[in-house]
Amino acid sequence: MSLLKSREALLGGAILLLLALIATRFPGFVAPDNLVRVFTDTSPLLILALGQTVVILTRCIDLSVAANLALTGMVCAMLNAAMPGVPIVMILCLAVSLGAVMGMVNGLLVWKLSIPSIVVTLGTMTIYRGIIFLISDGAWVNAHEMSEAFTGFPRASILGLPVLAWFGILAAAAMLLAINRTPLGRAFYAVGGNPHAAVYTGISVGRTQFWAFTLSGALAGLCGYLWVARYAVAYVDIAGGFELEVVAACVIGGISIAGGAGTVVGTILGALFLGIVKNALPVIDISPFWQMAISGTAIIVAVTLNNRNAKGKGRIILRRAQEQTTEGATA
Amino acid sequence: MKLTRRLFGGAAMATALMAGSMAQAQDPVRIALVVKALGIGFFEAAAKGAEEAAAELGNVEVIYTGPTDTTAEGQIEVINALIAQQVDAIAVSANDTDALVPALKKAMQRGITVISWDSGVAAEGRELHLNPSSSPLIGNMIIKMAADELPEGGQVAVLSATTTSTNQNTWIAEMNKVLGNYEGIEVVGTVYGDDLADKSYREATGLMQTYPDLKAIIAPTSVGIVAAARAVEDAGKVGQVNVTGLGLPSEMAGAIESGASKSFAIWNPIDLGYSATMLAYQLATDAAEAAPGAEIPMGRMGTLTLDDNTEGAMADPFVYDASNIADFKDIF
Repeated sequence: MSLLKSREALLGGAILLLLALIATRFPGFVAPDNLVRVFTDTSPLLILALGQTVVILTRCIDLSVAANLALTGMVCAMLNAAMPGVPIVMILCLAVSLGAVMGMVNGLLVWKLSIPSIVVTLGTMTIYRGIIFLISDGAWVNAHEMSEAFTGFPRASILGLPVLAWFGILAAAAMLLAINRTPLGRAFYAVGGNPHAAVYTGISVGRTQFWAFTLSGALAGLCGYLWVARYAVAYVDIAGGFELEVVAACVIGGISIAGGAGTVVGTILGALFLGIVKNALPVIDISPFWQMAISGTAIIVAVTLNNRNAKGKGRIILRRAQEQTTEGATA
Repeated sequence: MKLTRRLFGGAAMATALMAGSMAQAQDPVRIALVVKALGIGFFEAAAKGAEEAAAELGNVEVIYTGPTDTTAEGQIEVINALIAQQVDAIAVSANDTDALVPALKKAMQRGITVISWDSGVAAEGRELHLNPSSSPLIGNMIIKMAADELPEGGQVAVLSATTTSTNQNTWIAEMNKVLGNYEGIEVVGTVYGDDLADKSYREATGLMQTYPDLKAIIAPTSVGIVAAARAVEDAGKVGQVNVTGLGLPSEMAGAIESGASKSFAIWNPIDLGYSATMLAYQLATDAAEAAPGAEIPMGRMGTLTLDDNTEGAMADPFVYDASNIADFKDIF
């Protein structure tokens, strides 16, 4: 437990150090207004990373999140362009359900056909991108075709924070609850930590993975609408390559790629770390060639730290379980 | 070039051709405008320009055609059909630089004038190529649009695509060459949005933070210019920072409306179709010959000067602003 805590404390410390470093070169970056802006900008990454966390916990990976986001975004944008009267609530529901359906496709293929998730999602990633091209004919949906309400919603301010940021906060809070306080949330850990043991405790590995993909898909769908509305443009290539950033956020946050280890708080911090780096690089006047190298280094460092902790973690979980059983026995 | 081909074609062919060109005096000159694919707004607009040229010339019939999808095979079929119909000229925007060459060579052997426009064909497959614009003209235009709004001068920054994009790098280099002509304009930096909406948005936001006195963002890329305009709107700097560069009217209509962008440029497809038709007519009627250094008139668009590669640039990119955006935003 103390190790787990220290891992997040370490990352939190790294974020504060990073902010301090940036502030020495560009003091305006740590102004409250700007931090809100950075958080808002990071929200889509955060929401996707939360979904990805669940998938990675179950020893899978979802590479189709960005394509899912792009397809949902395109559908929402086209719907709005064709029928500007459709209320935003309806569009949100559509986005979440469409995303969930695409996640279910991944989940079913992994569950029923036992295909490795990396292959499944690599395939569906291209399929979803292809569908965008088919439905849009490669054409863009542009700002002037979208309604005021459609593009205005993520920007609307509630209690000083844009709606987009609130979505990030809500998703994080809901995920914290779901992972720590629901049977399904605990099943994600069980399936990833030891699939065989999970089966003996009555947890279906495939079904759990299916729900993980569905959850990840639904969150990607939600981001699809938010993304398209935020940038007020939808085209085939939106969020191209974003799935890797999402995986990177999870990895930086300490989610073990081998499954079963990591926390939601870690993911939140990982996404924030990456978001701060991405937003700070343009203002601290570093050559674009170095920018890529810096982002890459951050990921490698995180994975290295992760690997060194990974072995310990397996034992920790067992010890925790042991402690709990002994506690239970004494109580 | 055309002459040598005709000689190679043999005497019989030459006689047939002479008879053909005599007949042209009475029959309308039939010019085929072959586009990458039918149903694309840009090319529909070019066809409008071609019709305009035909009306101006009088004795011209424009055949607007192309495959249903943007493939070279589809265009080859279309070209073979046009050869069979014995049109007088083919003006093609090619889906492939090399794949069309054999079909177009065959057309030229049959005495059909072949030119390429917009997207070119290798030199041996056409008599001349019409570029919509040229790198020096584009480089000059993007800085001119920024400078026109800044009589007092001020800081401007460039938001490009990727660090390795050939087009953008060439345009920016050409822009820097003519920078001295615009007094008081200071280019403070170039950033790269990688043609991704989110990265371009972030880079544009970063520029506004780093340079609080920034007056204009020049984005010579269609993804970048839209994202930069959005970033300016979200930062509440409309009127303070002007976004300009290269973009499409349909994509930029929102930014013009909000005032984030006062003007931007891209080639005008109507002018392009018009010029291509004019050039094809000049060559098909033997009023002009496509040779390096030749100057061929193209009606209201002035003259086209051919370089050593028998290519020429039509004009400055066409500037779109609040006054004309409505006419173009539904076209392309």
